[in-house]
Amino acid sequence: MNKLCAIQIENLWTRFDDDFGGSKLIHKNINLSINNGEIVGLVGASGCGKTTLLREMIGLQSPSEGQITIMGQRLDESLVKNPKNTALRCGVLFQKGALFSAMDVFDNIAFPLRQLGITDENIIVRLVLMKLTLVGLTAADAHLKPAALSGGMIKRVALARALILEPSLLLLDEPTAGLDPIASQEFVDLLADLHQQLNYTVVMVTHDLDVLRDLCTKVAVLAEQQLIAYDSLAAVLAMPHPFIQQFFHNPRATRVFQYQEHQHG
Amino acid sequence: MAEPDAQDQTPQLLIQTEDHTTVIRLSGDWTLRQLQANPALGKQLKQLPKTAKNSHWDTSAIQVLDSFAALLIWQAWQEQFPANLTSTPEQTKLFTRWQQQVIPAPEIPPPFFQHLRSEGKRFYTACRLEATVLLVLLGQLLLDTAYLSTHPRSIPWAEISDTIYDAGVKALGITALVGFLIGIVLSYLSALQLKMFGAEIYIINILGLSVIRELGPLLAAILVAGRSGSAMTAQIGIMRVTEELDALSALGISHSMRLVLPKVAALIVVMPLLSVWTNAAAMFGGILSAQSILDISYRQFLLKMPDTVPLANLYISLGKSAVFGLLIALLACHFGFKIKPNTESLGNETTNSVVAAITVVIMVDAIFAILFMNVGMP
Repeated sequence: MNKLCAIQIENLWTRFDDDFGGSKLIHKNINLSINNGEIVGLVGASGCGKTTLLREMIGLQSPSEGQITIMGQRLDESLVKNPKNTALRCGVLFQKGALFSAMDVFDNIAFPLRQLGITDENIIVRLVLMKLTLVGLTAADAHLKPAALSGGMIKRVALARALILEPSLLLLDEPTAGLDPIASQEFVDLLADLHQQLNYTVVMVTHDLDVLRDLCTKVAVLAEQQLIAYDSLAAVLAMPHPFIQQFFHNPRATRVFQYQEHQHG
Repeated sequence: MAEPDAQDQTPQLLIQTEDHTTVIRLSGDWTLRQLQANPALGKQLKQLPKTAKNSHWDTSAIQVLDSFAALLIWQAWQEQFPANLTSTPEQTKLFTRWQQQVIPAPEIPPPFFQHLRSEGKRFYTACRLEATVLLVLLGQLLLDTAYLSTHPRSIPWAEISDTIYDAGVKALGITALVGFLIGIVLSYLSALQLKMFGAEIYIINILGLSVIRELGPLLAAILVAGRSGSAMTAQIGIMRVTEELDALSALGISHSMRLVLPKVAALIVVMPLLSVWTNAAAMFGGILSAQSILDISYRQFLLKMPDTVPLANLYISLGKSAVFGLLIALLACHFGFKIKPNTESLGNETTNSVVAAITVVIMVDAIFAILFMNVGMP
């Protein structure tokens, strides 16, 4: 097993059974190995199985065939049934935050720590406040309930909760969806900062082309049930595959990239 | 920072004496994961004497240091940098972050009596608000009914028929089963008593009156409150969570017209029918039981019933059931609209809805019993 590898996916097939006894093919023979310290953007058309792939990496769903290895540990039945092992290793940010609505912000972030058996309240308070500051919130926000938070704040709190156990792998599902450009930019800066400080491996599903451009070191493209590209953005942009041409070279995407080239020189 | 290919290494703490000074060397991976796996180390760190911060600390051999471990070390230092520290710049940055952290003072809870007063006031306001909201809902319902009576084209037939199917047709099985069993039990227990007095024939009076007038409507109402009332509350609650209620408002569709009225109308129709059905099932159970214990044949039972149980009882039963239906649907909707978008509130209000509906049904039943005390007795 290659120690450089944070995630290794081998010969992965996913089929969903439909109501009529047939099945729908989602993933066809996907092979992917993600190195430590990479920020990978997972892109593809809506409904092509990006989130499914992410859920399979977390162990929420099992692939029909093939295997996934996370930080040198194979995701199999026993591991999925005893998720403590993976929970320590990867922090997950769900698309809508998935905060526990009955708890306030503080308890939401402290939840994984308490679950782990850390009972020293002093340590919990300090760690939670530190993560709150890290994601740009203040102690005054700690007593709010999730229903009282804005979309951007929910994402921040969810990120703080994902980071509280100091994972070495972060899985993000559309981290900037639904954020205004300022919040979105702050989020990108925050992730870039964290990545620099803590050297996480990050896998994110995103539709945001500027996030890909500004943050991701690698881009993985899913299309026609397959992984058609896994490379740096520049290399992916140069590929002749029709889906990539359509996805990255449509007028809007071109504008984003050209504008940014202009901006960044 | 860690070498990317560094293997997981157990954290270690070594205390050595070199040239008359104590050197505390830390090495390996100092992370939350490792410290959880080696709880002895955290204990050892905590139990270091207070003077330990005067020794020479060397953290430079630590491969990975995360903020959790940094906090533990920082606390072992009594929250001060040791005079003699060898560490990498990244590690110093982590420790500095803990040094700079400002913990806000915890809020002081108000004195007991003040707390009690504010709680009391809150309870009073909540009760008043509840009553007002319920009254507004009822008023809106009346307005809607008046509107629909002049605009019969706008009557939401589809929703009404949907609810009739869900709350009525699907409840036929359970109400029949419960009614049947209660009929058997009631008949059996009364038969034993009546036999002692040789008054077997009065089983028809007892069963007929108690089931048709009281038990049938009440049983059906309690079952529907538990079955459909809770479902209606949860449905409206989820619609709040998924912002469907807001979508309806934005489209200019009135909540009461679209959600409350069909439910209320459907239950007003369904409850009397269900109550007749439950009556029938309970009577059937009672007749079976009477036949086997008291030798009163079903023919005798049915022939004698119209004489002992005047028809007025059936009308009371039907009227009562319609009122129960109205109350159950109204309370279910009321508690549904009260749900806030969080899981706790959803559970609480659904429970409240069922409890309130059953309590109110029994209370109203008592009122009916008093009002119609002299009606329908043989």
